[in-house]
Amino acid sequence: MIEIKNLHFKYHSQTEEVLTGIDLSIKKGEFVSIIGPSGCGKSTLCLTLNGIIPKTISGEFSGDVIIDGINTKDREVSEFSRRVGMILQNPESQLFAMTVEEELAFGPENLAIPREEIEERISWALSIVDMGNKRDEFPGNLSGGQKQRIAIAASLTMKPDILVLDEPTSQLDPVGKREVFSVLKGLHEKEKMTIVLVEHRTEPIAELSDRVVVMDKGSIVLEGTPREVFEKVPLLRELGIMVPDISYLTYLLKEGGYVKDIALTVEEGRRLFI
Amino acid sequence: MNSIDVENLHFTYPESKEIIKGINLSVKKGEFLSLVGQNGSGKTTLAKHFNGLLRPSKGKVFILGEDAKNSSIAELSRKVGHLFQNPENQIFEETVFAEIAFGPRNLNLPEEEIEARVDKVLKTTRLAKYRDTHPLSLSGGEKQRLALASVVVMEPQILVLDEPTTGLDLLSIMGILEIVKELHKKNVTVILITHDMGLVSELSERVVVMGNGQIIGDGTPKEIFADDDLLERASLEPPQIMKFSKILGLKPEVKVDALYKRIVETL
Repeated sequence: MIEIKNLHFKYHSQTEEVLTGIDLSIKKGEFVSIIGPSGCGKSTLCLTLNGIIPKTISGEFSGDVIIDGINTKDREVSEFSRRVGMILQNPESQLFAMTVEEELAFGPENLAIPREEIEERISWALSIVDMGNKRDEFPGNLSGGQKQRIAIAASLTMKPDILVLDEPTSQLDPVGKREVFSVLKGLHEKEKMTIVLVEHRTEPIAELSDRVVVMDKGSIVLEGTPREVFEKVPLLRELGIMVPDISYLTYLLKEGGYVKDIALTVEEGRRLFI
Repeated sequence: MNSIDVENLHFTYPESKEIIKGINLSVKKGEFLSLVGQNGSGKTTLAKHFNGLLRPSKGKVFILGEDAKNSSIAELSRKVGHLFQNPENQIFEETVFAEIAFGPRNLNLPEEEIEARVDKVLKTTRLAKYRDTHPLSLSGGEKQRLALASVVVMEPQILVLDEPTTGLDLLSIMGILEIVKELHKKNVTVILITHDMGLVSELSERVVVMGNGQIIGDGTPKEIFADDDLLERASLEPPQIMKFSKILGLKPEVKVDALYKRIVETL
């Protein structure tokens, strides 16, 4: 689904490469989380997944990003906007219409999709983000979590195969965070969508993802299932990444020989003690 | 003398509904208090009364024993430092030095004292190497440290931090917290507004929970996070360690080290 080969990138304005040789492949339906300190290149990596880099933001680019068999170098960004939905930190920067419905219709209307199908897509997208009752609402009146859910729904109306989210909950309160993560869980489990999530809080990563990719200084330094990655507590601490408290606690207990394994969730922790 | 006393505070924005609906709160000198609650519960509105950005519609606010209504924002801001969520909103000078010196200059301090104060703060906030740098070229975490430096240089006795860690990565968060912990050791009163229950358990001595313009909970982190009914009403998620200590049937704990010790003792 996504194939990244020996990817290097340097912004024109900077002296050093921000991506220093990334190799990564992501399977269809996989939920991959990317984590790493500020400036490690994770947001830049996201921008390569729909061709914005190198097509819109130019710089020194080498290597390949292949989406569904198509190299991003060979097509325009508009081609990929149908395949790859992109959600950023601040939902406000992505919303512009007067009603939720208009917001959601905008993308498919630009693709000249028939009215009935647009209607179907809007209803489907709103049901996924559980916002069917807000169709006529002015987006500005919604809470932060609801705005981000509308931004997700708007990108779903393009029927993308892949959703890329760059810290989608960092500006939201705990209720909003929960709402957005529950939408992502549904998209992964029910709609079998491929999801790439950049996130710095490890609790939701442990709960949601199939695979975790840890980046530092432009390259991938660690990769595996949440369990394989979150066991490496000392390495992660060096990078300023805190594993979930339950994982840290069970890591300490495991080191002391009190339990056999580390836990990723509180429920897993309970099972260690039965 | 308390740092802050709030008596029957009500606040309504013009042509809006009441945001603060009768709050009584006393904060002791040197206390580290976290103010938590859902968005819209009134945390920020309450905190803006501490430095006079907002004035009560009804009731009174005393800062270091004095009725706040008798002091200007400028006078209050010498006592109460306020760090906001987005550091960019607080930055406007051409160099890091000038940014930090802005406040002390307004106090008409002699130039040598200004330099001395700024250099001291540059050290504690680990920004000394950026003394002559343009503030907007700093990273997110550095900008937040700069905003904190500009507040700290005024040597306030009370520090209000309104979601100071939103959008920062962990190393930047730890950088900010180290500085705040140092100030707290020097008996500065700290009011932390945050959604991060991990920070709350780690740092605070006292947690005040707000809901719908009122105080609905007030206690130690352990007391607050053990109260399921209160957490539910405030839409707060208890820290994992609190949930886990309950599942294991152990005495409630909020910190990893404390629960580790308790488990090892029990086994």
